[in-house]
Amino acid sequence: MSAYEAIILTIITASTPLLLAAIGELVVERSGVLNLGIEGMMVMGAVTGFAASYVTGSPWLGVLAAVLAGVATSMLFGLLTQTLMTNQVATGLAITLLGLGLSGLIGSGFVGLPGVKLTSVSITGLTDLPYVGRLVFDQDPLVYLSVILTLGVAYILKHTRVGLIIRAVGQNHHSAHALGYRVVTVRYACIAFGGATSGLAGAYLSLVYTPQWIENMTAGRGWIALALVVFSTWLPARLAAGAYLFGGVWILGLYAQGMGIGIPAQLLSSLPYVATILALVIISTNRRLSVINTPASLGQGFVPDR
Amino acid sequence: MQLILEKRSQASSIMNLWSPVLAIFLTIIMGGLIFAMMGKPPLTALYLYFIDPLTSWWSIEEVLVKAGPLVLIGVGLAVCFKANVWNIGAEGQLTVGALMGAMVPVLWGEWQSPLALLAMLCLGALGGALFGLIPAWLKTRFGVNEILTSLMLVYIAQLLLDWVVRGPWKDPQGYNFPKSVAFEGWHLLPMWGDGRMHLGLIVSLIAALVLFWVMRHTLKGFEIKVVGSAPRAGAFAGFSHLKMVWFCFALSGALAGLAGLIEVAGPIGQLQPHISPNYGFTAIIVAFLGRLNPLGVIFAGLLLAVSYIGGEGVQIELGISDKTTQVFQGMLLFFILMCDTLILYRLKWIGRQVNQGSQVNQARKLSEGGAS
Repeated sequence: MSAYEAIILTIITASTPLLLAAIGELVVERSGVLNLGIEGMMVMGAVTGFAASYVTGSPWLGVLAAVLAGVATSMLFGLLTQTLMTNQVATGLAITLLGLGLSGLIGSGFVGLPGVKLTSVSITGLTDLPYVGRLVFDQDPLVYLSVILTLGVAYILKHTRVGLIIRAVGQNHHSAHALGYRVVTVRYACIAFGGATSGLAGAYLSLVYTPQWIENMTAGRGWIALALVVFSTWLPARLAAGAYLFGGVWILGLYAQGMGIGIPAQLLSSLPYVATILALVIISTNRRLSVINTPASLGQGFVPDR
Repeated sequence: MQLILEKRSQASSIMNLWSPVLAIFLTIIMGGLIFAMMGKPPLTALYLYFIDPLTSWWSIEEVLVKAGPLVLIGVGLAVCFKANVWNIGAEGQLTVGALMGAMVPVLWGEWQSPLALLAMLCLGALGGALFGLIPAWLKTRFGVNEILTSLMLVYIAQLLLDWVVRGPWKDPQGYNFPKSVAFEGWHLLPMWGDGRMHLGLIVSLIAALVLFWVMRHTLKGFEIKVVGSAPRAGAFAGFSHLKMVWFCFALSGALAGLAGLIEVAGPIGQLQPHISPNYGFTAIIVAFLGRLNPLGVIFAGLLLAVSYIGGEGVQIELGISDKTTQVFQGMLLFFILMCDTLILYRLKWIGRQVNQGSQVNQARKLSEGGAS
């Protein structure tokens, strides 16, 4: 494998958890809900995925458990914000704080144990293609899944009736309700989808990226995923581009540290966070871009008339 | 039968007081269940958690020492949240405040006078305020969401501290440990009691009382409440939302920075990679549990301080992971938000005759609409 292939492979590995978490949140926000709890759902997915795969020995059961944990955590968020009408910002923070604590408690027995790695799927015959063979056809299954999910979300939001309903609910919940759509139900479903992909993103960290459980191993990726959604101006294609760009920045820092150039390691580690702020500034400066796609009901609760 | 929420005609002031009590109660019950699930005696664990820290003078002092920074940061955040400004990055402002204040003992170690301590306190507050103004500037100048930027800056601040104590500010005589020189003389806060209580606790108390007075009796306090709850009305009254963002971030940043400096010049006594057990994030819970009211924040800060000390207690006595502290804190915020629903809504069981109910509600809605 050449050096450039190695770098691109690690970039893909670093980008996939961001893409997974962000594509779910994109759908959630398109339905008009702001779930700041990604970090919490992700870390719950990471610990449950690790624990389940360690106990059963099957990485796939780990992935399943992570998805379920993500959905369960997101449903707590749904219950509070959709049924009990709590403030979405504060509730998302509560999910993150609770998730970080609970995952630490669950994971306290799993620290330092060897993990079960999800093996990559190589498509026979195609991996030998020059340049792209190893990159495109020798990835772990969750990378393929993240790409399929992104394409699927893009298609469904733009071209299907379901997508239209989700966008209607997010743009103007009163009109959507008047048309007979069940605003709260649609939002619950979207929140569950966001929970599932965040759980997957967590599983990716603890089963593929670094197959072990480290406390707070999400390291702010959930928040970066949130920033990515803003950066993408709620468009899946731009989201994918952003995710790979950020994965690139993450890896750039790691490689630079490995080469031992005279830049402090901490400065390089802070690159993704600095890049996130810069990206937000750049996209916010362009008012037209950022306003045109913002779901109009984002972050507002909806109490149906009975 | 179906349980629904019915909007109250006006916010319930009784529930406003009882909701945190109910939330604490629910947290304790859930906590007991979690202990039982872990195979630990729930009642003993809860006793060790919430009562035992209050049974000896030594541990009460420790509770007060932990409550100090929580209250100081919490009152600042309470004002922010009241104004609907979301500063989530108090942890970062705390870190930068500690760094700025520590310039005095690290760079001008010879300067020993009460003025040196005063300079440290001022620099701490200034550092926190300046760091807090970064998200405020990005918000007002470019319209960037302050939640995400203030949070990203926490990671950056912690990496900065890590670099400083491992690099340029590392104690040359420190056997290569990642620590700065130990502060001495006037670079430490006056201490008393068993040597743990310090001046910072009084600073926290004064800050809470002053902010209570400001919120209740001054025009600024009124402005904060109006801008937060009715921004349009605020705009008509000539209150600027953008100026409010600057004010809130400067205030809460300064208080968080001061709390950081007080930690390193008090209980810790030097700079090290970790200077706070997530005080900046726990203070968010403190602010909400305290009803965003500075006096309430004092009580909430004490309660969460008990949870820190109790967490250490159960870890020693029963061998339970100290992560339970974070779980308790998270659950508490969760339950407060849940119970706060009852301030604006009442729970109601409705029967099968949905149609009738809907007509009554419809009529009520119409009459409400007409009145407003």
